[in-house]
Amino acid sequence: MTRETVLNAILALLLLALPFAAIEAGEPFYVTLATRMAVLALAAAGLNLALGFGGLVSFGHAAFFGIGGYAAGILAAHAFNAEPLMTWPFEIGGSDQMPVIWLVAALACGVVALPIGAISLRTSGVYFIMITLAFAQMIFYFAISWPSYGGQDGLSITLRNGFPGLNTMVPTSFFLVCYGLLMAALLLSWRLRDSRFGAALQAARQNEARVAAVGIDPLKIRLAAFVISAMITGIAGALFADLTRFVSPSMLSWQMSGELIVLIILGGTGRLFGPVAGAILFVMLEFVLGGMTDRWQFFLGLILLGVVLFARGGVVGLIAGRPRHG
Amino acid sequence: MKPLFAAAALALGLSVSGLAFAEPVKVGMITTLSGGGAGLGTDVRDGFMLSLKMSGNKDIEVITEDDAMKPEIAVQIADKMIQSDKVDVLTGIIWSNLAMAVVPSVLAQGKFYLSPNAGPSPLAGEKCDKNYFNVAYQNDNFHEAAGNYAEKQGIKKMFIMAPNYPAGTDSLNGFKRFYKGELVGEVYTKLGQTDYAAEIAQIRASGADSVFFFLPGGMGIAFMKQYAQSGVEIPVMGPGFSFSQDVLGAMGDAALGAKNTASWSPDLNNPKNKEFVAAFKAEYNRLPSIYAAQGFDTASLIASAAAKADVKDADAFRAALEAAEFDSVRGKFAFNTNHHPIQDFFVREVIKDADGVMTNKIAATSFVDHEDAYAKDCKM
Amino acid sequence: MQTALFIEQLLNGIQFGVMLFLMAAGLTLIFGVMGLINLAHGSLYMVGAFACASVAAATGSFWLGLVASLAAAAAAGAIVEVTVIRRLYERDHLDQVLATFALILIFSEGTRWLFGSFPLYLNIPSLLQGAVALPGGVHYPLYRLAIIGVGLGVALGLYLLIGRTRLGMRIRAGESDREMIGALGVDISTLYTVVFALGAALAGLAGAMVGALQSVEVGMGEPVLILAFVVIVIGGIGSIKGAFVGALLVGITDTMGRFLLPGMLAAVIGPAKASGIGAALASMLIYIVMALILAFRPKGLFAAQG
Repeated sequence: MTRETVLNAILALLLLALPFAAIEAGEPFYVTLATRMAVLALAAAGLNLALGFGGLVSFGHAAFFGIGGYAAGILAAHAFNAEPLMTWPFEIGGSDQMPVIWLVAALACGVVALPIGAISLRTSGVYFIMITLAFAQMIFYFAISWPSYGGQDGLSITLRNGFPGLNTMVPTSFFLVCYGLLMAALLLSWRLRDSRFGAALQAARQNEARVAAVGIDPLKIRLAAFVISAMITGIAGALFADLTRFVSPSMLSWQMSGELIVLIILGGTGRLFGPVAGAILFVMLEFVLGGMTDRWQFFLGLILLGVVLFARGGVVGLIAGRPRHG
Repeated sequence: MKPLFAAAALALGLSVSGLAFAEPVKVGMITTLSGGGAGLGTDVRDGFMLSLKMSGNKDIEVITEDDAMKPEIAVQIADKMIQSDKVDVLTGIIWSNLAMAVVPSVLAQGKFYLSPNAGPSPLAGEKCDKNYFNVAYQNDNFHEAAGNYAEKQGIKKMFIMAPNYPAGTDSLNGFKRFYKGELVGEVYTKLGQTDYAAEIAQIRASGADSVFFFLPGGMGIAFMKQYAQSGVEIPVMGPGFSFSQDVLGAMGDAALGAKNTASWSPDLNNPKNKEFVAAFKAEYNRLPSIYAAQGFDTASLIASAAAKADVKDADAFRAALEAAEFDSVRGKFAFNTNHHPIQDFFVREVIKDADGVMTNKIAATSFVDHEDAYAKDCKM
Repeated sequence: MQTALFIEQLLNGIQFGVMLFLMAAGLTLIFGVMGLINLAHGSLYMVGAFACASVAAATGSFWLGLVASLAAAAAAGAIVEVTVIRRLYERDHLDQVLATFALILIFSEGTRWLFGSFPLYLNIPSLLQGAVALPGGVHYPLYRLAIIGVGLGVALGLYLLIGRTRLGMRIRAGESDREMIGALGVDISTLYTVVFALGAALAGLAGAMVGALQSVEVGMGEPVLILAFVVIVIGGIGSIKGAFVGALLVGITDTMGRFLLPGMLAAVIGPAKASGIGAALASMLIYIVMALILAFRPKGLFAAQG
C-alpha cells in the first residue's frame, strides 16, 4: 500500500464518520455540512476526470452542475403540481424519485456536453478554458431570462425527492445516498484511469501525436471523457439541488465553475481523492472563517494563495508526495 | 405625551417580560456583508442593532452571518443557525432569490422568519405562511406607488425600464398595474449591466414625457451618471431603491430633483423617526437608508412581541407579532391577513440637505393604507 | 432620427469596445510575454477606480485622480508581480488560475476594509461635461468621445512602443522565445515586472475613466474581466492587434445586439414576448459570437504564430 492509498482510505472514513460523530455530539448541523462536502466532492470528481486525467481545463462545468440541479428542480416541480412535462408527441410527467432524476440529469448533461465538447475540443490551452466558459455563460444568461422556472429567483423544491426504501428527509439517510454515489464515482474514475481508455486519455494529454500514431483518435477519447465528466457533475448538481431544496442560476455562474476548479487544485490535481480532500478542506474553511469574521473572504484568499505557492500538488500531494504516474 | 407614554409602556413591557420569561429570544441574521451588495446588508444590520441598543433590550441575542449574496450559502447558514445555534427567529435577507431559497426551509423547520427587505410575490400569495412576516413591503409596492403617482400627475407617455429578472418584471408589472397612459418604451436590461448608453439613446428617441426605472445599487448609479451627461432632459422617477441613501452619495448632483416612491423617508414626521434618524447619524456617522429603517422596525417588532409572549410558545408569539404593537419609524404600521404591511407610500424628492448631503424629502403621498395585490391568494 | 439613433449606438459600441481594449491589451501582453493567465486583472481595474475617486474627493481634481489611478494600479501590479506572480511563471495554467482567483478575494475584501461597503462618488471633470452636437443631428456626451480618443491614443502608443522602441523589441523577443532573450543578456525579471506594471496601469486607467461613468464599488472588475477574456480569445491571445479588433467587435456586437434584437424579434413574434427573449438573446450574443469564431478559427482571429 502506498501512502496515497492509506490517505485515501483515511479521507473516505473521515467523511463517513463525520455525520455520525456529529449526531453523537448533538451537533446535527454537521450532517448537512458533511453532505455538502460529499456533493461538492462528487461534482469535482466529475470535473477531475476531464481536468485531472485528461488535462482538459473546463471553466464551464457549472453549466452541467446547474443543468443537473434544474433537472431535479423541474421534475420535482412537475411531480408536485401533477402537471405533465410535455404532452406531445407522448405524455411525460415529472418525477420525485431520485434514481429517475439522476438518470434524466445525466442524460441531459450528456446531450448538452456532446456538442459543447465537439466544438470546444477543436481548441486547446487557454482557448479551451475560455470557450467552455462561453458556453456556460450562454446557459447562465438563458436561465436568468427564462421566466417559466423562476429565472433569477430560482426554483424551490418543496419536498426533498425520495429514494426507494429510504426516508431522504432524515439527514443521515440523505448523506449516505450522496456518499454512496461519491464512492461509486470514485470507483468508476479509478477503473477508468487504469483502463486502456484511461491510459489513452492520459497519453493524449502528454503527447497527442504519439497517440494518433498508434491509431487512436485523441479527439474521440477526449470527447468521451468530457461527456462522462459532465454527466457525473450533473448528478452532483441534482443532489445539490436536493440538499438545499432550491436551484437557481447561481449554480450556473462562472464563480461556481471556478470553485470546482479550486476544489480540485486544493486537493491535488489528477489525484483520485483530490476532489474529496479539496471539498472537505474548502467547506471547512468557508464554514469556520465565515463564523469568525465578516471578512472571511480575505482570509480564504490568503490561505488559497498560500496553498498554491507553498503546497504544490494540493493536500494529497503534500501528504502523499508526488504521484507515481501522470 | 407620546414618547413618555411609549417609554412607560416599554418599561412596563420589559418588567413583565423580565418576570415572566427569563429565556431570551435568539435571532439569526443572515445578510449580505461582502461583495457588491454589502451596503444594503450593512444598513439592515446597523438599523436592527441600533433599535436594540436604543431600547436597552438585553433579552434579544443576535447572531449575524454574511451570505455573500449566494443562495446556497444562505441556506447553509440558516440550517446552521437553526440546528447548531438553536435560534428562534431568522431575519436579515436582502434579495428575493435568497429569500425564496431560505424561507421555505426555515418555515419547514418550524421557525419564524421576519423579512426586513425582500418581499417576493409567492410568499405574499399562495405560498404565504403563518410564521412568515414581512416587515418591509411586498416587492411590487414601491413600483405600484410610482405608477399611481405617474397616473395622478397625468403623464401621457412613459418610458419604463428594469433589469431582466423576476424582481424587474414584477417592478414593471407593478408600475403598469396603476399607470394607464401610453408606454412609449418598455426595456429590460441585463442584470448587473453598467453601461446604459444604448438605453439612453432609445429614451432620447422615444419622445417620452417621463422615465421610470428600477435599477438598484451600482446599476442605478451608472445609469444616473450617464443620463446626466447625455443631454437628455426628460425627467426621471423610480422606486425608492433607485434613489436610496446608499447610492445617493455616489450619484451626486445627477440625482437632484428625481422623484421616487417609498414607505419611509428620513424627514417623515413622527417622533420615533426623528429619534431614529438622529441616533443613527450619531452612531454610524451617516444618514440611514430605507433598508436601515426596515431593519430598525424589524428589531422593534421582535422586541415588542418578546415583551408580550415567550418565543417558545409559538401561537402566543405569533399573535404578538400579528398585533404589531411597536413604535414604527413609518408612523403607523399594521399587518394584512397575509402578514405583509398595510402602509402609506410617499413620493420623495432627492435634495441636498443643510449640510450639503444628498438625501430625500417627502413631496407628496401616493397611497394611503395600501395593501398588496396578492393577499387574496393567501390561505392561511 | 433613425439614422441619428443608429450612429449614436454605433459610437456607444465603439466607446465600449475601446474601454475593453484598455483592459484586454494588458491581459494579452501579460499572457503573450509571460504566459500567465491573470484573473486578478479586474482587481487592478478596481484599484484604479478607487484611487481616482479617493484622490479626486480629497483634492477636488479629477485629473490628479487620473494620475493617481495610473500610479496606484502600476504600483499594485508591480508589488503583486514581485511577491506572488513571479513564482507562477513556471507553473501550469491551473495554479495560475487558483492563485489569481485568491488574489481577487484578497483585493476585493481588502478594498472594502479600507473604503467601506458603500459606492464612492466620482464625477466627470467639468471640462468634459455635457453633450456635443455631431453632424447628422447626433447629440453625444463629450466624455464618451474623450474615452474613444484616449483609447485610440493608447492603441497607437502601444503600437509604437512595441514596434519602435527597445522595450518593445524585448517584449516581442519575449513573446517569440523566452530563453533567447535571457541568453542575450536582457534582465528578464525586470522586463516582466515592467510589462506587468504596464498592463496593470492600463487596467487602472480604464477603471478610473469608467469609474466616472459608472459606480465605483467593490466587485466592479469581475464582469469586465470576463469580457476582456472574451476579447483576447476572439482576437488571438498575445496579439495587440487582435485585442483591438476583438474589443471593437465585442463592444459593437453587444451594444447593437441590445439595441436591434428586441426590435427585430418584435416583427416576428410580437412585442410582448420579444422584449424578454430579445434581452436574453442579447445577453448571450457575444458568447455565441465567440463560440462561432473559435469553432472556425480555434486560435482566434489573429493567432500569434505557434
